[in-house]
Amino acid sequence: MLPGMGDDTCAITLKVNGSTLRLQVAPWTTLLDLLRERLGLTGSKKGCDHGQCGACTVLVDGVRINSCLSLAVMRDGASVTTIEGLAEGDALHPLQQAFIENDAFQCGYCTPGQICSAVGLLAEGHARSDDQIRELMSGNLCRCGAYPNIVAAIGQAMRPRRDA
Amino acid sequence: MTTGKTGEPHDRVDGRAKVTGQARYAGEFTAPDLVHGFVVGSAIARGKIVRIDAAEALALPGVLQVYTHENTPRLAWRDRSWRDMVAPGGSPLRPLHDAEIRFSGQPVALVIAESFELAREAAGLVKVDYEAAPHETRLAEVESEAHEPARGKKGYTPPPKPRGRADEALAAAPVRVEATYEHPPLHHNPMEPHATTVIVEADGSLTIHDKTQGVSNSRDYVCKVFGLASDQVRVVTPFVGGGFGSGLRPQYQLFLAVLAARELRRSVRVVLSRQQMFTIGYRPWTRQRVALGAERDGRLCALIHEAVGNTSRFEDYCENVVPWSGVLYECPNTRLEYGVAALDLYTPIDARAPGAVTGLWALESAIDELADALDIDPLALRLKNYAEEDQDHRRPFSSKALRDCYREGAARFGWHRRTLAARSMREGALQIGWGMATGIWEAQQAPSQAKALLTVDGRLHVASASGEIGPGTYTIMSQIAAEQLGLPLAAVRFELGDTALPPAMIQGGSATASSVGSAVLAVCRALQHTLLKLAQALPDSPFGGRTLADVEFVDRGLRLRSGVAPAVPLAAIMRHAGLGSIAEQATAIPDLARQSRYTSNAHSAVFVEVAVDEALGTVTVRRVVSAVAGGRILNPKTARSQILGGVVWGIGMALEEHSMLDHGLGRFVNHNLGEYHVPVHADVPAIDVVFVEERDDVVNPLGVKGLGEIGIVGVAAAIANAVFHATGRRIRELPITLDKLL
Repeated sequence: MLPGMGDDTCAITLKVNGSTLRLQVAPWTTLLDLLRERLGLTGSKKGCDHGQCGACTVLVDGVRINSCLSLAVMRDGASVTTIEGLAEGDALHPLQQAFIENDAFQCGYCTPGQICSAVGLLAEGHARSDDQIRELMSGNLCRCGAYPNIVAAIGQAMRPRRDA
Repeated sequence: MTTGKTGEPHDRVDGRAKVTGQARYAGEFTAPDLVHGFVVGSAIARGKIVRIDAAEALALPGVLQVYTHENTPRLAWRDRSWRDMVAPGGSPLRPLHDAEIRFSGQPVALVIAESFELAREAAGLVKVDYEAAPHETRLAEVESEAHEPARGKKGYTPPPKPRGRADEALAAAPVRVEATYEHPPLHHNPMEPHATTVIVEADGSLTIHDKTQGVSNSRDYVCKVFGLASDQVRVVTPFVGGGFGSGLRPQYQLFLAVLAARELRRSVRVVLSRQQMFTIGYRPWTRQRVALGAERDGRLCALIHEAVGNTSRFEDYCENVVPWSGVLYECPNTRLEYGVAALDLYTPIDARAPGAVTGLWALESAIDELADALDIDPLALRLKNYAEEDQDHRRPFSSKALRDCYREGAARFGWHRRTLAARSMREGALQIGWGMATGIWEAQQAPSQAKALLTVDGRLHVASASGEIGPGTYTIMSQIAAEQLGLPLAAVRFELGDTALPPAMIQGGSATASSVGSAVLAVCRALQHTLLKLAQALPDSPFGGRTLADVEFVDRGLRLRSGVAPAVPLAAIMRHAGLGSIAEQATAIPDLARQSRYTSNAHSAVFVEVAVDEALGTVTVRRVVSAVAGGRILNPKTARSQILGGVVWGIGMALEEHSMLDHGLGRFVNHNLGEYHVPVHADVPAIDVVFVEERDDVVNPLGVKGLGEIGIVGVAAAIANAVFHATGRRIRELPITLDKLL
């Protein structure tokens, strides 16, 4: 139990990056704060805490969401994938690799959100052109202005799927 | 094996850490005893606190303390103890020092609790009663009271003395343009909010993870303010989630986190909310008048540039807005003036290309207005007035490949296909406009140190207390070191962002590559020197009597440049000498005697196409070509990214960004990323970056000029000029939102 929170915590089960966790969480704790403060998964970033920047984007049951806009208790039983859970061992996810090769980041702070968002974007399957990538990635801000390279990285990761 | 060479487009060496979420930022370090702070900001812009009641907040279980001006210990009393390395003249803010309120959002209390949520909840329960005094946040109301800034700000140079008789020449000029240009306050909004985590070590010393562009600046500030010895405070910041100038000065969360950690003897983290990011520094609101006089053939005969920027009532923030106008074009009669006017706002702070962005927005708009008045192509007009020397300082340029920027940029853009008249290029309902502008930024170098350790297993560790706000510092420093010693990039590890390392200049002004890069070069040269001496002691050494000029370091070894013999492995040289490692430390100091005989600037030419929907007034940037002369390019991949970033900032400044003040409240009211619009993916088109060849052996030993700023300079003017070409409407007040075009 957390100090100052009385007995008002709730038991939830979350699958985080493949591991099933049983947690007692306060009802007001956001999924983002749970990940960052309780589970030490600081790869998901807090840029605004208002769902306006996308830095906190994670995948919940494969769908990209702003984790700052979701209370942890709302996700009982869900499977959460964060940036820490994308690589398989030493093998990076193709999008992570594409981001490196295309220099699709500078300071790196929006990067986990951009990549998780792009994973969700590819799963949605709606983006077929660079303009569509731009439109459908516009919830993820990058103040360093790496946008052209992010679009190139996502385009590169999409290509094998197109060829298939 | 990736060889480590400069000039090659290496992927970032910290890329893996950044794409896997392993890169750790200031607010992400932790300790078992960590508690959380949340800041309460002032609800009024000016006046004083008459009562502050924290009882309700303190009554919540888990709330440890609430700090206000009533229970904060008295600390350093001299202003100079609160003045950081890059503070402007004046009296810096002393958080929680007294009851006086100087700006809206000024920290008035810090709540410390066992959890972040609890601290935030309790912050809402702190009751503050104020006695408000009249405030002023309108620049136009104080513009006439503008004054010369107080001395003290590093890098600020008062405008040069007038040359010739600008006012008389203007009055007599056959062709004249004269206009006032304005842009609003602009907040940096790095994606990472400002944050400080203070870890209290077992011996009572502090390890501080602070969002800063200069770890030494934060360390020195904490030591001076709290009266601590430098060995009691270590600042460690391996990654910064964007700075753009906002991290040049210590922000108030650093003071507050250290205060609480010292009082409670517990580790403390204080993170600003996005809303609170609008209570720290910003690019100042600036109004400028530019008047140009020209002969009918386009030759400039008069140039007047006057600017007034806002500052706070307690510090004189200032920046170099107008000097560029005396150096960029040849003109015999110039008068440049600059002043600051105080508002009841927090002090501005350097923002990407401070001063130059501002000055060039006005100057390059005015040049375009002159081209229109003369019916001359805007690029042709700039070439006609091309400056071959620095007229204000009567000295040559160490290099200036701006003409190549114009030529290559124009060729890539297809500028020759532009039709001269405004409103002459249309695509259906869209008005198309092509505009261009020039950019300029000063190439600088500041003293920096580095150390290096070469081990017999062929690994090289190089370190300097520099920063990584995103430009690729880790990568280019590793490249420089690897190249000097003939090592693969993977064999080099560069460490930064730690006050335990040799000191480096603060990361700003596009001077890291030149300053820290020169220190890395110097320490590697020291290693080379030692290795050569050791190699000369080898049996039958081919290196006897040879100097460094005769040898080269390749393939992890040393060989004669002239010979065909394979390189002697560095490991063999070290083993023969019985050494497991070689350590060196070096300082790189600018050669001021030589550098001061020249003017050294980076330049750019930026070309933009916009499409304006005539019915809706919406402006879309469709393509951009930025041609840059920035000296030697150490890594074309990361270099291009820096220019991309600058152009994106320019798009934001031109079309979107605006920190809006409610003058009744004296407060920035669009203080979030939903209402302060920064460019998003959909706003940014393909951007073509060209680096023109430029050799410069004066600026620094590496011949680099720095790229962090030059990409943004001129972009806002190029866009405004394109909007004029598209619509015939000259917008002189940024941002160019649709209401101004309807």
